[in-house]
Amino acid sequence: MTAATYNFAYLDEQTKRMIRRAILKGIAIPGYQVPFASREMPMPYGWGTGGVQVTAAILGPDDVLKVIDQGADDTTNAVSIRKFFQRVAGIETTTNTADATIIQTRHRIPETPLQEGQVLVYQVPIPEPLRFLEPRETETRKMHALEEYGLMHVKLYEDIARNGHIATTYAYPVKVEGRYVMDPSPTPKFDNPKMHMSEALQLFGAGREKRIYALPPHTDVVSLDFEDHPFEVQRFDRPCALCGAEQVYLDEVVLDDRGGRMFVCSDSDHCETRQAEGFRGELAGEKLDASTSDRTEEVI
Amino acid sequence: MYVAVKGGEAAIDNAHRLLADRRRGDRSVPTLGLDQIAEQFALSVDRVMSEGSLYDRRLAALAIKQARGDLIEAIFLVRAYRTTLPRFGHSEPVDTGAMQVERRISACFKDLPGGQLLGPTFDYTHRLLDDELDGDPAVEPGALRDGAAEPATQIADILGGEGLIEEDPLAPGEPGDINQTPMEFPLSRAMRLQSLSRGDEGFLLALGYSTQRGYARSHPFVGEIRIGEVEVEVFVPELGFAVPVGRVQLTECQMVNQFKGSAKTPPQFTRGYGLVFGQSERKAMAMSLCDRALRAEELGEDIVAPPQDQEFVISHCDNVQATGFVEHLKLPHYVDFQAELGLVRTMRAEYEATRNEDVEIREAAE
Repeated sequence: MTAATYNFAYLDEQTKRMIRRAILKGIAIPGYQVPFASREMPMPYGWGTGGVQVTAAILGPDDVLKVIDQGADDTTNAVSIRKFFQRVAGIETTTNTADATIIQTRHRIPETPLQEGQVLVYQVPIPEPLRFLEPRETETRKMHALEEYGLMHVKLYEDIARNGHIATTYAYPVKVEGRYVMDPSPTPKFDNPKMHMSEALQLFGAGREKRIYALPPHTDVVSLDFEDHPFEVQRFDRPCALCGAEQVYLDEVVLDDRGGRMFVCSDSDHCETRQAEGFRGELAGEKLDASTSDRTEEVI
Repeated sequence: MYVAVKGGEAAIDNAHRLLADRRRGDRSVPTLGLDQIAEQFALSVDRVMSEGSLYDRRLAALAIKQARGDLIEAIFLVRAYRTTLPRFGHSEPVDTGAMQVERRISACFKDLPGGQLLGPTFDYTHRLLDDELDGDPAVEPGALRDGAAEPATQIADILGGEGLIEEDPLAPGEPGDINQTPMEFPLSRAMRLQSLSRGDEGFLLALGYSTQRGYARSHPFVGEIRIGEVEVEVFVPELGFAVPVGRVQLTECQMVNQFKGSAKTPPQFTRGYGLVFGQSERKAMAMSLCDRALRAEELGEDIVAPPQDQEFVISHCDNVQATGFVEHLKLPHYVDFQAELGLVRTMRAEYEATRNEDVEIREAAE
């Protein structure tokens, strides 16, 4: 073996072409899962190989890449993937949502609305929304082909009958352009409305399951629900403790073993940008000690 | 002031540094040479080549060293390298009948053309720890036969002459390639065999074992197992003929299974097939049991057990995929957990509220 040299963005051009074809097909049929010959990547399956392959296939030398995991740029796996592309593609990276041309994400959609020309690449573990209702791929493909989604509605109905709620809080199924039921990847359902009519192109890559699907800009994306149990997103009863943002998704941070909690933006870039603009939450700039953590004891 | 957890980058760098330190271990102990691994851990190397789908002893040895002896990690390293190599074509079918056999046994016949050749096997060793291996005792070279070997006729040809075993169904055209085409069920047998050949030894072993214990029982006999080197040839269109590109060591297992007949064909034995890189008899045998079980539909058998279910077997036999997805659970799931936390709290609050209502109603009634 000679010293290993890798093509721009790791994958060879033949493979990229194969992936781009799958992406184009996905864009042509929004919400349809396109099988593709997924490759082994130098990170494990289940750690974003689908997203990484999609990003590698669409990345150009002028692109600016942002990678987030759980909404944050500094989560270990996001750091690792960002470093990977810095190394194999030498492209510019950013943490600023607005500056990025490609954003690879795991589990969140940035709070800052995406713009025309941006591409959001999702890492998808299980692309099949019907998988936990029917484990067989041969069956689920048939169900999609026949638009046979009754089973999914029965599942949601049973949730309500048992729990009084639809007990799906993330990976909440959506219907795309009135046709395909699609798994939005395990983003909290809080983010589902952001998929609807987004100005950005949204691409979904599932490496281990070998599927790619897509939402072109301005696509109709509706979360499944019932007339008497309309879809609702999570609400937090307080703003971010650091930047004071409301109507954003918050992470709960455990402060002590006495029930002390604080809630901060899951989107770290959004939070930092707001703090730089002078917004302050109740715990920003204060030293955390027993006296302040008292104020965070009540929980939602 | 609360500062969100930062420093993922420094943490990763430090973790890798510590990993390198632990991999090297005590510096006063000499480092392992790749030749030592390739020579003395040859069966580990074989497993990594086979499940890594890359026939290169040196790279497999390197991967084992880099992975601190964790074979699945080593397999992963090899796969991630192999996927970057260009595909320039496919070989002609290798002729295992012309194999330079080092081991060849059959459980069906006491003697057969080519004979029973035990070769370097653990079979019939007593598994007693050998303290002498703590040092470097002198080892005699293997005994060599006199004269040329008698050709070892393949068991299928022996039984096939009488029509007692099914013909090897020849698939026309270019064989598929599981690296180049997305997996779509049902898979052809060629594609299944490719997947099984790189499948996890432990998984296939357990599935094969289950077929012996009644889950999709197929009454198997080891028709033969052979281990040895074969020549690999590639057809070059510009030349108009096939040229040898190298030799590989293979383990092949032909399992002979219970018969099948129909109105049109008289009863005959059926086959299960296993072929893997290097010397890996356990894997080749397990593979042939699984292959036979997976032919249930083709042979008109009822599908009643997991080893017969190709979606179940093929979707879960790859240890690189399996380890990745199982281990991804240690990645952060904060936002999803937060979503679940919110729902459980809401439901608990509702539960408390209805309970209080019940108490009030009861008290009012009293």
